[in-house]
Amino acid sequence: MRTSVRLFAVARQIAGCDRVELELPEHATIGDLRQQLGRDIPALSGLLGPMLFALDARYVNDASLVPPNAEIACIPPVSGG
Amino acid sequence: MMIELTHNPIDVARVLASAESRSAGAVVLFLGTTREESEGRRTASLDYECYPEMAESELSRLEKEARQRWSLIECSVVHRLGHLEIGEVSVAIAVSSAHRQPAFEAGQWIIDRIKHVVPIWKRENWADGESQWVHPGLETPPTTAGE
Repeated sequence: MRTSVRLFAVARQIAGCDRVELELPEHATIGDLRQQLGRDIPALSGLLGPMLFALDARYVNDASLVPPNAEIACIPPVSGG
Repeated sequence: MMIELTHNPIDVARVLASAESRSAGAVVLFLGTTREESEGRRTASLDYECYPEMAESELSRLEKEARQRWSLIECSVVHRLGHLEIGEVSVAIAVSSAHRQPAFEAGQWIIDRIKHVVPIWKRENWADGESQWVHPGLETPPTTAGE
């Protein structure tokens, strides 16, 4: 299934775009998506460890399933304030 | 109550006024301001970006959670986005309560939580010409012009 991942800050900088489309198997988890993101954008792979992911603007963990047609966001460590 | 993300300079008086109340015995105002030096390196300016839908919902969740933890009257949070010069206000938090302790504690808790969970990021534009996204715990590469 095709899954769209929004990218921000350093992830957007390295990927050169604010969104990537990944091909994932059915019943893929966020952990699978994390690995696929690193394979598709090798320059990002070394930075993905501390990054979090959000589904529908809520944090999810690596065990969470990626629903079909979901929009996922990759959330690098935050630095607001 | 005021929860906002804005590309315009923060109207601090308006944030403060939003927390004032006749039943308040204390109003605490916290301002985060852009500092000229970070770990010995000089900053020329900063840029903030966010994941808009989520940053706003996370700020609202913090406001609700603060109200569960402390007895508050009003609670407002405004965070700036975009390009900021040194000395500008990047975040304003105003909290009121009948007595001072809840307002002080809640204000500190809110800014601490913002720095951990709200998807907002800053980029340091160093005085030497390099720019770099700030991600605590991550070594980030400098950006090239125009990014």
